[in-house]
Amino acid sequence: MQIELFKITRRPRTYIAFAAITAIVFIFQFAFKADGQSYMDLMMQSAKDEFAFDRVEAINGYFMCYIILNTLLIQVPILVALIAADSISGEANMGTLRLLVSKPVSRTQIILVKFAAATIFTIFLLVWMAVTALFLSIVIFGTGDMLVFRTKGTESMIMQITKDDVMWRYYAAFAYATVALTVIAALSLLLSIFADNSIGPIIATVCIVIVCTIISNINVPIIDRNVKPFLFTSYLVGWKGFFYIGTNENGNTIKGSLENWPAIRNSLMILIAHIVLIVGISIAVFRKKDILS
Amino acid sequence: MSAIVSVDNLVKQFGNFTAVDGLSFTVNEGDVYGFLGQNGAGKSTTIRMMLTLIKPTAGSIKIFGKEILHHRSDILRQTGAMIERPDLYKYLSAYNNLSIFAKMSGIKVSKKLLMDQLEMVGLQEAADKKAGVFSQGMKQRLGIAVALVHNPKLIILDEPTNGLDPQGIADMRNLILRLSNEMGKTVIISSHLLSEVEQIANRMIIIDRGKKIVEGSVEELLDPEHTVVDIDTTNNEATQQLLASSKWNDYLQAEKPLQLMMNKTQVPALINDLVAGNVQLLSVKASHSLENYFLSLTTRHEHVEAFAN
Repeated sequence: MQIELFKITRRPRTYIAFAAITAIVFIFQFAFKADGQSYMDLMMQSAKDEFAFDRVEAINGYFMCYIILNTLLIQVPILVALIAADSISGEANMGTLRLLVSKPVSRTQIILVKFAAATIFTIFLLVWMAVTALFLSIVIFGTGDMLVFRTKGTESMIMQITKDDVMWRYYAAFAYATVALTVIAALSLLLSIFADNSIGPIIATVCIVIVCTIISNINVPIIDRNVKPFLFTSYLVGWKGFFYIGTNENGNTIKGSLENWPAIRNSLMILIAHIVLIVGISIAVFRKKDILS
Repeated sequence: MSAIVSVDNLVKQFGNFTAVDGLSFTVNEGDVYGFLGQNGAGKSTTIRMMLTLIKPTAGSIKIFGKEILHHRSDILRQTGAMIERPDLYKYLSAYNNLSIFAKMSGIKVSKKLLMDQLEMVGLQEAADKKAGVFSQGMKQRLGIAVALVHNPKLIILDEPTNGLDPQGIADMRNLILRLSNEMGKTVIISSHLLSEVEQIANRMIIIDRGKKIVEGSVEELLDPEHTVVDIDTTNNEATQQLLASSKWNDYLQAEKPLQLMMNKTQVPALINDLVAGNVQLLSVKASHSLENYFLSLTTRHEHVEAFAN
């Protein structure tokens, strides 16, 4: 494990993902600092909601992080794939795979360590995202009550979460995102077993994510019932559930509550099941693979 | 002398293609064992099966008396290998490459151990340089260091002189001889450069299309009986007629009119007879090197089969 992490940290490619996140976050922060008011006006217009709040205070660190996560968590799978899809195929490409496999470590161990390393990379990526998108935004924009713009069916709505009820939701959301992105890491690892260079598995991972995401967004009942529940992409954005606050009978929000915790829990279970299944398949395939590279 | 490696009736098929076809051989403790064959003969596939990179279709491989598929870790802990090109992590230094593979071999790593190893292959000055900037020769030496760092009993080197310049080849040969003579290692060296193998191996096998052609001690296979004599004269046709009508007719090779296969001790008599027959000789080349032998085996299958029988 130590060896695997050492290799990851020594590769220049590793830092591309961190640099990309930093750049995107800075651009968002700069844009909102310069002209956040216009964005807020636009959102209020589309929300068509009668909601009284100070639009300047609304653009705070919590709100910024939510906006950034909404954008970034769709692109981050590509960054995760950059590293995870290189796990086995990169070794095959360099010619080091045959050295690894001829050492007294089992192939199961190799896959588990590669998977663990990809997971740790994913965690670090999300921690970095938290540092830049959340904590840096708090430094730049300050804190305050958080507004969440939401579309539910055909209805657009705005929810307000008090500032003392926000941080735990972010911790939970980042933890959920880690699980979701670990599915991507596992998928990339599996695909990397079949290739002798990392470009193929990276592209294949991205294609699978795109195709499954499109299918997950098709609103046709037969797909809703028979396909979507089995696609991991249907659960990738489940982290948003932590920002959907529960309400009482009068429609007032309840501090510390979640609108639908069972749905979040089920989504997590399904994602974990995907991880176990994909890593299991990876081990089975790799154990039988002839190393010809 | 105990057998370190016993390969029995090994078969590997890739779809309809049989890469290794019922191969059997034995490597004894302390041997420098030459594993010879032309490109595509099945050498690398066999070595990869010995290192569990490829699963055999049939047959068994026992190393240190244990079946490789059932005692993989035990065996690989005592085995060092360099398989074809010594590709390493280009973005890591020689020292870090060595450190990684030493740890993976399950040994306790110290700076002294690693530096000693690098010194043995002449890379101590380049310890901190990235492997990506190494010349082929330096990579080859680092590959050897990786193969030896955990002090294995068995060393398998697949085409170790590939891409090396003459000095590099000589260095590699000396290193292998040192491993065998001074450190008592058992070495399997695969190559298609027979001139290299004959200088360092004590036993050898020649394989062709996945099958064993011949196996034995280099001394046996360099039997003077198999001396090849090539003759060149000012009039080759007349010389051929002279030889065909003499006692030397039995030694003439069918495909090459002026090549004879005989015992080395008979060569002076042949020359005397040619001179007595007024043949104007341009050259007489007698050789029984492994190179010549190997070429004769791989170019003339009827001879191959006759020899194998």
